[in-house]
Amino acid sequence: MFLKQRHRDQKKTRLEKVSGEPLVIALAGNPNTGKSTIFNALTGLNQHTGNWPGKTVLKSEGHYVFRGRRFVLVDLPGTYSLQPVSPEEQVARDFICFSRPQATVVVADATCLERNLNLVLQVMEISSRLVVSVNLIDEAIRKRIRVDVPALSRELGVPVVATAASSRKGLAELKEAVYQVSTGAVNTSPRRVTYDDEVEETLARLEPRLRPIIPEWVSPRWVALRLLEGERMPVEIFTSYIGSGLKGDRQ
Amino acid sequence: MINSIERSDLNAVLNEAVVGLPDDGNQVRDRIVGSIYGQADLIARKVVQDESHNTIDWSGKVDRVVMSGWLGLPVMAALLAGVLWLTIVGANYPSQLLGGWLFWLQDRLTDIFVWAGAPGWLHGVVVLGAYRAMAWVVAVMLPPMAIFFPLFTLMEDLGYLPRVAFNLDYFFRKVGAHGKQSLSMCMGLGCNAAGVVACRIIDSPRERLIAILTNSFVPCNGRFPTLIALSALFMGGSAVASGGSIAAVFTVTSLVLLGVTVTLAVSWLLSRSILKGIPSFFILELPPYRKPQVGRILIRSLLDRTIFVLIRAVIVAAPAGALVWVLANTSVGGASLISYAAGWLDPAGRAMGMDGFILLAFILGWPANEIVLPVLLMSYLATGSMMEIENLAQLHSLLVAHHWTWLTALSTMLFSVLHFPCTTTLLTIFKETGRVKWTLAAVLVPLTVAVALTLGLNLLIRLWS
Repeated sequence: MFLKQRHRDQKKTRLEKVSGEPLVIALAGNPNTGKSTIFNALTGLNQHTGNWPGKTVLKSEGHYVFRGRRFVLVDLPGTYSLQPVSPEEQVARDFICFSRPQATVVVADATCLERNLNLVLQVMEISSRLVVSVNLIDEAIRKRIRVDVPALSRELGVPVVATAASSRKGLAELKEAVYQVSTGAVNTSPRRVTYDDEVEETLARLEPRLRPIIPEWVSPRWVALRLLEGERMPVEIFTSYIGSGLKGDRQ
Repeated sequence: MINSIERSDLNAVLNEAVVGLPDDGNQVRDRIVGSIYGQADLIARKVVQDESHNTIDWSGKVDRVVMSGWLGLPVMAALLAGVLWLTIVGANYPSQLLGGWLFWLQDRLTDIFVWAGAPGWLHGVVVLGAYRAMAWVVAVMLPPMAIFFPLFTLMEDLGYLPRVAFNLDYFFRKVGAHGKQSLSMCMGLGCNAAGVVACRIIDSPRERLIAILTNSFVPCNGRFPTLIALSALFMGGSAVASGGSIAAVFTVTSLVLLGVTVTLAVSWLLSRSILKGIPSFFILELPPYRKPQVGRILIRSLLDRTIFVLIRAVIVAAPAGALVWVLANTSVGGASLISYAAGWLDPAGRAMGMDGFILLAFILGWPANEIVLPVLLMSYLATGSMMEIENLAQLHSLLVAHHWTWLTALSTMLFSVLHFPCTTTLLTIFKETGRVKWTLAAVLVPLTVAVALTLGLNLLIRLWS
């Protein structure tokens, strides 16, 4: 059954004309959410793997064609948060922040959504172009857990798609949502996490100071939060990225 | 514009940030994380309707058995034995079929060479050397691999592997290694090179090295067929009868468990000597059991395995087969080169319960473990007895004709489990560690253990009888 489906997909792919620059899509999510299954289902055999530069963390890349555009899907390591404690988390965070994918898909496990939402909220602080895939929805239904997808989409302010990647359910909708968000056809208005008053006051003070001195594509709120946490990394990263001129001259 | 950013600007804001709040960074981090968790909880409450408490928690029930203190390990051994039993019984029929077909084809190839009037040496190198080695690999080695690997992947997909890690974590920590080593060890059952790469999940360099150096103690997919074939031939009577296969399963299971024991023992030694340190802890998440995608796994891993093995057979087995034929048919001073080499290795082989040909096969089979047994059969066939093997049942008679006993088989299997990683794995180890020193250690440590244990076994048996 899935073979037939895959075959049809590939046929369609070959017939379609591809135009324009490829769109880079990051795929993030907690471990064991079926993230790799989604990656495999979307990219099929068009994959290659390697290492993240300077890290012993596996990097998988694949691509697919949808509506005449080529999408490069980057499978980030599975992480519970974006705090750069482990090399995996650091790789995931740096990619979303500095490589500026046109959209990030966060795969969440429908059977334990609460824990997965932490990562969603953290990604939203870095990047507003976000699509949430509530995966393993079939397993959730079996366990009698119901997720109100439209309500979640309203709460988060980004498109949410229910998927069951192992049976390829919802993948077409996911591709559509990714297309809409990454091409800018749909504007997202991600929910902003509000912190306690003292933190918010400090943020309000720091953000305008940061705005003129960091690249325009980086959220000053996010940098301010990292600075508040006492993390020196942003400073190092910004200076090194600027110094190397690799990412800095991308407008 | 971007170039105008000064490092000092950011540092100034940083200093201001620190002044802003009275607490240190860690406390602020806790508050920030707390807010995020709070809001995630709030959203989840609004959109999730959880009635799962009304359903039976099968995952939990199974886990209580599979991961219980006293049943966990026996269940693990039983599952391993079950998988091996399916492999042994299931591989027998396709092996016979493939063997019959491939050796029939060999005769036809010979006919073609005779008809074309090709010189004898060309027929020897191509048909009796390269082709026959490939035929052995495909007939004897491929079926067990094609059955074992999908079954192994099925267990992985089911979610059982993290449970194995949980069960073994205690032992690995006891010997001063990392609990995740049990996962890289399990990956080694599929392929040691993959197992070595899997050691990356271990963050501490010390514990990663221990895991890398001991990974080859679990037999990989290329060595399982050797163990399966030899134990089916010698440990379960002469043929794979129903009673015989149980003895064979028992032998192979014991050998795998021995491999795990040696892994633990060597890890203990390493962490007490050259790689001293305290084991670090880790959090292991147990994913729920999932219905494996059976069809997909069977097709993918069966095809992948078959193609992989066939490619290796062409790249490694064919040249090795040709080389063996040339060695066996080039005489210097009345004896063939292969007899010289085997004769030179013979004393060492005898001391360990094997013979020179077996050791030579291990050396020639260094590039890929799956060709060790085929190379051995080739070198036996090329020398001495000129018997023709028509089917696999005659394998037993061929080996017996070369003075094999159950002890020879056991010593060979023991050496196969313990000896040294194949060159692919060694290359991976070098890439992962970046040091010649550790790559060398990855050869010497297993080799020492293998020699010591086979010597010890044979000394014991000789003293006894």
